Amino acid sequence: MGMGISALLSGLVFGAGLTVSRMIDPSKVIGFLDVAGNWDPTLAVVMAGALMVTLPAFALAKRRVKTLIGHPLTLPAPGQIDTPLIAGAILFGIGWGLGGFCPGPGLAALAFGLGKPLVFVAAMVAGMVGYGFVAKKTNV
Amino acid sequence: MENFTPVSALIGGLMIGLASTFLLWTTGRIAGISGILGGLLSFERTNLRWRAAFVVGLIFGPVLVSEFGPGITPITIDADIPLLIAAGLLVGIGTRLGSGCTSGHGVCGIGRLSVRSLVATVVFMATAAITVFVARHVLAGGV
Repeated sequence: MGMGISALLSGLVFGAGLTVSRMIDPSKVIGFLDVAGNWDPTLAVVMAGALMVTLPAFALAKRRVKTLIGHPLTLPAPGQIDTPLIAGAILFGIGWGLGGFCPGPGLAALAFGLGKPLVFVAAMVAGMVGYGFVAKKTNV
Repeated sequence: MENFTPVSALIGGLMIGLASTFLLWTTGRIAGISGILGGLLSFERTNLRWRAAFVVGLIFGPVLVSEFGPGITPITIDADIPLLIAAGLLVGIGTRLGSGCTSGHGVCGIGRLSVRSLVATVVFMATAAITVFVARHVLAGGV
Protein backbone atom coordinates (compact mmCIF):
# COMPACT_ATOMS: atom_id res chain seq x y z
CA MET A 1 0.00 0.00 0.00
CA GLY A 2 1.42 3.36 -0.98
CA MET A 3 1.27 6.64 0.86
CA GLY A 4 -1.36 8.00 -1.53
CA ILE A 5 -3.88 5.22 -0.83
CA SER A 6 -3.22 5.45 2.92
CA ALA A 7 -3.75 9.19 2.92
CA LEU A 8 -6.93 8.88 0.83
CA LEU A 9 -8.41 6.32 3.25
CA SER A 10 -7.42 8.40 6.25
CA GLY A 11 -8.96 11.52 4.72
CA LEU A 12 -12.19 9.66 3.96
CA VAL A 13 -12.57 8.36 7.53
CA PHE A 14 -11.57 11.77 8.94
CA GLY A 15 -14.19 13.53 6.80
CA ALA A 16 -16.81 10.91 7.65
CA GLY A 17 -16.01 11.35 11.35
CA LEU A 18 -16.45 15.13 11.08
CA THR A 19 -19.81 14.48 9.39
CA VAL A 20 -21.10 11.87 11.87
CA SER A 21 -20.10 14.07 14.83
CA ARG A 22 -21.69 17.07 13.03
CA MET A 23 -18.55 19.15 13.40
CA ILE A 24 -18.95 20.24 9.77
CA ASP A 25 -21.97 22.25 10.96
CA PRO A 26 -20.79 25.74 12.03
CA SER A 27 -23.91 26.21 14.18
CA LYS A 28 -22.87 23.15 16.28
CA VAL A 29 -19.33 24.53 16.68
CA ILE A 30 -20.56 28.00 17.61
CA GLY A 31 -23.00 26.33 20.04
CA PHE A 32 -19.92 24.91 21.81
CA LEU A 33 -18.00 28.19 21.73
CA ASP A 34 -21.02 30.15 23.03
CA VAL A 35 -20.42 29.37 26.71
CA ALA A 36 -22.67 32.24 27.83
CA GLY A 37 -25.58 31.12 25.65
CA ASN A 38 -27.36 27.80 25.16
CA TRP A 39 -24.14 25.81 25.59
CA ASP A 40 -23.71 22.63 23.51
CA PRO A 41 -20.82 20.45 24.81
CA THR A 42 -20.77 18.23 21.68
CA LEU A 43 -17.32 19.42 20.45
CA ALA A 44 -15.74 18.47 23.79
CA VAL A 45 -17.04 14.90 23.42
CA VAL A 46 -15.69 14.72 19.84
CA MET A 47 -12.25 15.82 21.07
CA ALA A 48 -12.40 13.34 23.95
CA GLY A 49 -13.35 10.51 21.57
CA ALA A 50 -10.48 11.35 19.22
CA LEU A 51 -7.98 11.61 22.10
CA MET A 52 -9.11 8.23 23.48
CA VAL A 53 -7.58 6.79 20.30
CA THR A 54 -4.65 9.14 19.61
CA LEU A 55 -3.22 9.16 23.17
CA PRO A 56 -2.43 5.41 23.25
CA ALA A 57 -1.75 5.24 19.50
CA PHE A 58 0.81 8.06 19.52
CA ALA A 59 2.45 6.66 22.68
CA LEU A 60 2.96 3.36 20.83
CA ALA A 61 4.26 5.19 17.75
CA LYS A 62 6.96 6.93 19.81
CA ARG A 63 8.71 3.57 20.24
CA ARG A 64 8.97 2.93 16.50
CA VAL A 65 11.26 4.34 13.83
CA LYS A 66 9.37 2.87 10.86
CA THR A 67 5.65 2.71 10.06
CA LEU A 68 3.72 -0.51 9.40
CA ILE A 69 4.46 -0.12 5.67
CA GLY A 70 8.09 0.83 6.16
CA HIS A 71 8.08 4.63 5.92
CA PRO A 72 10.17 6.66 8.39
CA LEU A 73 8.20 7.57 11.51
CA THR A 74 9.38 10.80 13.05
CA LEU A 75 7.09 12.71 15.37
CA PRO A 76 7.64 16.49 15.46
CA ALA A 77 10.42 17.52 17.85
CA PRO A 78 9.28 19.43 20.94
CA GLY A 79 9.04 23.06 19.85
CA GLN A 80 9.09 26.33 21.72
CA ILE A 81 6.09 28.26 22.93
CA ASP A 82 6.90 31.45 21.06
CA THR A 83 5.20 34.58 19.73
CA PRO A 84 4.25 33.13 16.29
CA LEU A 85 2.51 30.19 18.01
CA ILE A 86 0.44 32.43 20.30
CA ALA A 87 -0.25 35.14 17.68
CA GLY A 88 -1.27 32.49 15.14
CA ALA A 89 -3.56 30.77 17.65
CA ILE A 90 -5.22 34.11 18.47
CA LEU A 91 -5.82 34.98 14.78
CA PHE A 92 -7.12 31.48 14.10
CA GLY A 93 -9.39 31.67 17.18
CA ILE A 94 -10.96 34.94 16.01
CA GLY A 95 -11.59 33.50 12.53
CA TRP A 96 -12.97 30.25 13.97
CA GLY A 97 -15.34 32.18 16.24
CA LEU A 98 -16.55 34.46 13.43
CA GLY A 99 -17.42 31.71 10.95
CA GLY A 100 -17.66 28.51 12.99
CA PHE A 101 -15.34 26.78 10.50
CA CYS A 102 -11.84 25.45 11.13
CA PRO A 103 -9.81 24.03 8.20
CA GLY A 104 -11.02 20.38 8.24
CA PRO A 105 -14.76 21.05 8.51
CA GLY A 106 -14.43 23.91 6.00
CA LEU A 107 -13.00 21.54 3.38
CA ALA A 108 -15.44 18.72 4.20
CA ALA A 109 -18.40 21.12 4.00
CA LEU A 110 -17.61 21.59 0.29
CA ALA A 111 -19.53 18.31 -0.10
CA PHE A 112 -22.66 20.22 0.97
CA GLY A 113 -22.50 22.65 -1.88
CA LEU A 114 -20.25 25.23 -3.33
CA GLY A 115 -21.88 28.36 -1.91
CA LYS A 116 -20.79 29.60 1.50
CA PRO A 117 -18.32 26.75 2.22
CA LEU A 118 -16.46 27.60 -1.01
CA VAL A 119 -16.27 31.28 -0.03
CA PHE A 120 -14.72 30.29 3.31
CA VAL A 121 -12.28 27.81 1.72
CA ALA A 122 -11.23 30.27 -1.00
CA ALA A 123 -10.50 32.95 1.62
CA MET A 124 -8.62 30.41 3.78
CA VAL A 125 -6.51 29.33 0.79
CA ALA A 126 -5.81 33.01 0.00
CA GLY A 127 -4.74 33.54 3.62
CA MET A 128 -2.40 30.53 3.53
CA VAL A 129 -0.87 31.49 0.18
CA GLY A 130 -0.52 35.12 1.28
CA TYR A 131 1.14 34.07 4.52
CA GLY A 132 3.53 31.76 2.65
CA PHE A 133 4.44 34.56 0.23
CA VAL A 134 5.16 37.08 3.00
CA ALA A 135 7.01 34.50 5.10
CA LYS A 136 9.24 33.63 2.14
CA LYS A 137 9.95 37.30 1.34
CA THR A 138 10.79 38.23 4.91
CA ASN A 139 12.48 34.86 5.60
CA VAL A 140 10.63 34.32 8.88
CA MET B 1 -28.12 21.87 26.50
CA GLU B 2 -30.96 20.37 24.43
CA ASN B 3 -28.73 20.51 21.32
CA PHE B 4 -26.19 18.12 22.88
CA THR B 5 -25.59 15.03 20.69
CA PRO B 6 -23.12 12.92 22.72
CA VAL B 7 -23.51 9.51 21.03
CA SER B 8 -22.83 10.62 17.45
CA ALA B 9 -20.12 12.93 18.84
CA LEU B 10 -18.31 10.02 20.49
CA ILE B 11 -18.59 7.80 17.40
CA GLY B 12 -17.39 10.61 15.09
CA GLY B 13 -14.58 11.50 17.50
CA LEU B 14 -13.37 7.89 17.59
CA MET B 15 -13.39 7.88 13.76
CA ILE B 16 -11.28 11.06 13.68
CA GLY B 17 -8.85 9.49 16.16
CA LEU B 18 -8.68 6.29 14.09
CA ALA B 19 -8.08 8.24 10.87
CA SER B 20 -5.22 10.19 12.51
CA THR B 21 -3.75 6.96 13.89
CA PHE B 22 -3.98 5.19 10.53
CA LEU B 23 -2.19 8.06 8.78
CA LEU B 24 0.60 8.10 11.38
CA TRP B 25 1.02 4.33 11.53
CA THR B 26 1.17 3.93 7.73
CA THR B 27 2.66 7.12 6.29
CA GLY B 28 4.39 8.47 9.42
CA ARG B 29 2.64 11.82 8.93
CA ILE B 30 0.56 13.96 11.27
CA ALA B 31 -3.11 14.48 10.32
CA GLY B 32 -3.03 18.24 10.71
CA ILE B 33 -5.38 19.68 8.11
CA SER B 34 -3.88 23.18 7.99
CA GLY B 35 -0.38 21.69 7.65
CA ILE B 36 -1.47 19.32 4.88
CA LEU B 37 -3.36 22.00 2.93
CA GLY B 38 -0.67 24.61 3.61
CA GLY B 39 1.99 22.20 2.33
CA LEU B 40 0.01 21.73 -0.88
CA LEU B 41 -0.15 25.50 -1.34
CA SER B 42 3.49 26.16 -0.49
CA PHE B 43 6.44 26.46 -2.80
CA GLU B 44 7.83 23.03 -1.96
CA ARG B 45 7.38 20.40 -4.64
CA THR B 46 7.60 17.36 -2.38
CA ASN B 47 4.84 15.48 -0.56
CA LEU B 48 2.22 16.72 -3.03
CA ARG B 49 0.66 13.32 -3.78
CA TRP B 50 -0.25 12.06 -0.32
CA ARG B 51 -1.36 15.52 0.78
CA ALA B 52 -3.67 15.88 -2.24
CA ALA B 53 -5.02 12.35 -1.65
CA PHE B 54 -5.83 13.21 1.98
CA VAL B 55 -7.68 16.41 1.02
CA VAL B 56 -9.69 14.57 -1.68
CA GLY B 57 -10.63 11.94 0.92
CA LEU B 58 -11.63 14.61 3.42
CA ILE B 59 -13.99 16.28 0.92
CA PHE B 60 -15.58 12.94 -0.06
CA GLY B 61 -15.96 11.74 3.56
CA PRO B 62 -19.40 13.38 3.94
CA VAL B 63 -20.51 11.78 0.64
CA LEU B 64 -19.59 8.39 2.11
CA VAL B 65 -21.81 9.06 5.14
CA SER B 66 -24.77 10.24 3.04
CA GLU B 67 -24.57 7.36 0.52
CA PHE B 68 -23.59 4.40 2.69
CA GLY B 69 -24.05 5.62 6.27
CA PRO B 70 -26.84 6.99 8.43
CA GLY B 71 -27.35 10.03 6.15
CA ILE B 72 -26.48 13.60 6.97
CA THR B 73 -28.12 16.38 8.94
CA PRO B 74 -28.28 19.69 7.02
CA ILE B 75 -25.77 22.29 8.19
CA THR B 76 -26.46 25.89 9.16
CA ILE B 77 -24.02 28.67 8.26
CA ASP B 78 -25.18 31.87 9.97
CA ALA B 79 -22.24 34.02 8.85
CA ASP B 80 -22.79 36.16 5.74
CA ILE B 81 -20.35 36.35 2.82
CA PRO B 82 -18.16 39.27 4.05
CA LEU B 83 -17.87 37.63 7.49
CA LEU B 84 -16.94 34.28 5.92
CA ILE B 85 -14.22 35.98 3.86
CA ALA B 86 -12.78 37.62 6.99
CA ALA B 87 -13.06 34.31 8.88
CA GLY B 88 -11.33 32.37 6.10
CA LEU B 89 -8.45 34.84 5.83
CA LEU B 90 -7.90 34.81 9.60
CA VAL B 91 -8.07 31.00 9.78
CA GLY B 92 -5.66 30.65 6.84
CA ILE B 93 -3.07 33.13 8.16
CA GLY B 94 -3.47 32.13 11.83
CA THR B 95 -3.10 28.37 11.32
CA ARG B 96 0.04 28.81 9.19
CA LEU B 97 1.63 31.32 11.59
CA GLY B 98 0.70 29.15 14.59
CA SER B 99 1.65 25.90 12.79
CA GLY B 100 -1.62 24.08 13.33
CA CYS B 101 -5.35 23.96 13.90
CA THR B 102 -7.92 21.88 15.78
CA SER B 103 -6.65 18.63 14.22
CA GLY B 104 -2.88 19.16 14.25
CA HIS B 105 -2.59 20.87 17.66
CA GLY B 106 -5.82 19.56 19.20
CA VAL B 107 -6.25 15.92 18.22
CA CYS B 108 -2.68 14.97 17.24
CA GLY B 109 -0.59 17.43 19.29
CA ILE B 110 -2.35 16.77 22.59
CA GLY B 111 -2.43 13.10 21.55
CA ARG B 112 1.36 13.02 21.62
CA LEU B 113 1.43 15.05 24.87
CA SER B 114 2.95 18.18 23.30
CA VAL B 115 2.80 21.09 25.74
CA ARG B 116 3.20 23.52 22.83
CA SER B 117 0.10 22.08 21.14
CA LEU B 118 -1.87 22.11 24.39
CA VAL B 119 -1.03 25.80 24.88
CA ALA B 120 -2.02 26.60 21.27
CA THR B 121 -5.32 24.71 21.67
CA VAL B 122 -6.21 26.53 24.89
CA VAL B 123 -5.37 29.89 23.28
CA PHE B 124 -7.40 29.39 20.08
CA MET B 125 -10.38 27.90 21.93
CA ALA B 126 -10.44 30.75 24.46
CA THR B 127 -10.05 33.35 21.70
CA ALA B 128 -12.85 31.74 19.67
CA ALA B 129 -15.14 31.66 22.74
CA ILE B 130 -14.41 35.35 23.45
CA THR B 131 -15.08 36.18 19.77
CA VAL B 132 -18.47 34.42 19.88
CA PHE B 133 -19.29 36.13 23.18
CA VAL B 134 -18.54 39.57 21.75
CA ALA B 135 -20.37 38.87 18.46
CA ARG B 136 -23.47 37.33 20.04
CA HIS B 137 -23.87 38.97 23.42
CA VAL B 138 -22.13 42.34 23.19
CA LEU B 139 -22.48 43.57 19.59
CA ALA B 140 -25.75 41.85 18.70
CA GLY B 141 -27.34 42.63 22.07
CA GLY B 142 -27.78 39.01 23.09
CA VAL B 143 -29.28 37.05 20.23
